[in-house]
Amino acid sequence: MPEKDASPSRKSVIHDIALSAEISRRTIAVSSVIEGPQVLCAAVALPEVVACHSCDMLQRSIPLAPGGTALCSRCGSPLFRTGHLDRALALTFTALVVFVIASAFPIATIETQGRHNAASLPGAVGLLWDAEMHLLAVLVFVTTLLVPFLELALLAVILGALQAGHPSRPIRLMLRLISGTRPWGMVEVFMLGVLVSLVKLAHLAQVVPGVALWSYAALMLLLAAVWSNIDGRELWAVAVRGAPR
Amino acid sequence: MTATVTALELGLVTCHSCGLVCRPPDRAGCKVFCPRCEASLHARKPDSIARTWALLLAACVLYIPANLLPIMESGSLFGSQQDTIMSGVVFLATSGSWHLAALVFFASIIVPSGKLLAMALLLVSLRRSAPGSARARTRLYRVLEFFGRWSMLDIYVVTLLAALVQIESIATIRPGPGAPFFGGVVVLTMLAAMSFDPRLIWDNLKEQTRNDGNT
Ligand SMILES: [Zn+2]
Ligand SMILES: [Zn+2]
Repeated sequence: MPEKDASPSRKSVIHDIALSAEISRRTIAVSSVIEGPQVLCAAVALPEVVACHSCDMLQRSIPLAPGGTALCSRCGSPLFRTGHLDRALALTFTALVVFVIASAFPIATIETQGRHNAASLPGAVGLLWDAEMHLLAVLVFVTTLLVPFLELALLAVILGALQAGHPSRPIRLMLRLISGTRPWGMVEVFMLGVLVSLVKLAHLAQVVPGVALWSYAALMLLLAAVWSNIDGRELWAVAVRGAPR
Repeated sequence: MTATVTALELGLVTCHSCGLVCRPPDRAGCKVFCPRCEASLHARKPDSIARTWALLLAACVLYIPANLLPIMESGSLFGSQQDTIMSGVVFLATSGSWHLAALVFFASIIVPSGKLLAMALLLVSLRRSAPGSARARTRLYRVLEFFGRWSMLDIYVVTLLAALVQIESIATIRPGPGAPFFGGVVVLTMLAAMSFDPRLIWDNLKEQTRNDGNT
């Protein structure tokens, strides 16, 4: 069916069909063992069209000016943007370093009547756990430490491998993992929470901001910068056929 | 509206995980997956309406103890105090920082309750839709998705205060029994928004204009 189509992206279409044939052979062989009568079938990819995530309208993808965003012509939702994957890679490595600093040092220290107490984020999670608030401890750990770390570490591997021209199946599975976990990373909300709690405490005691406070602010900005340089559609295309040379 | 064709009408399916548009094979009775990321393919999020209702109702149930039980318990030499979400906002407002109070009021009270109401509105309006409102409802859904996470604010404030104010014999702060319920509300409303499929808004619209044309 896509063979009739003589669009400029014809090459990638053919590549995707080859890919789907390769995957279907392998998974059917495996599935007949694991899942019994259940047969797995690969669908045929049509990468030259976009379907809007909000209203499902089919649209042909258009070339964009740098910094442009394509919007759905029916409901106005963003469809895709232009990305800079090399810039995103450099920002990701910076963010990883900042993340380590942010989680290793105290966020703030309070002083009152000659006594003081410092708190880091992992320490705060530990205290929640000790206070028998296990669910809460897990929730805070996952949203402020686990998911942001996974996101950055996987992105570093994915972007690094794609930059070096090695698209592979593990890279694509990592990419899928990131798109599933990303909504649960809440560094920016946490940052606001830090500010609110410091202002609340300022009435009661002397509060000294720690290294991690500034690192979290930097991490929040870096994460926003990383994602503003990544377009999911472009990243997936590169993960299938490799970076254009 | 000029000739709009949806992927569904052409028998095409968009991968929920990587966004690739695919044509599923004709063979019946096989489990179709995405050729690019290997996620299983569904034309619409599976059981979207039932799942969203279930998560939404569960969130409504948790919303009651989340607001009635204290979210934070503080103790000092001069006695102990319990704060619910509302009394925390009132404390901020009376202690002078009213813009901070407004911010917390927005994140902890407007966002969760607004999200519960708006999700219910989206679900109910799927059945009877006015054509002009589909675009507005899609925008409402995108706003919900964007703001939902900000209600975690209070959870983080309690976590940090409890970690910082640990000075034995002078003052201590502990998270209250309401905090896990509030965290549950945030997680459940986020899951509800994720399981809702905004394309159903537009599917219903097309179906209704078609029915209107027949009569
Ligand atoms: Zn649309
Ligand atoms: Zn996919």
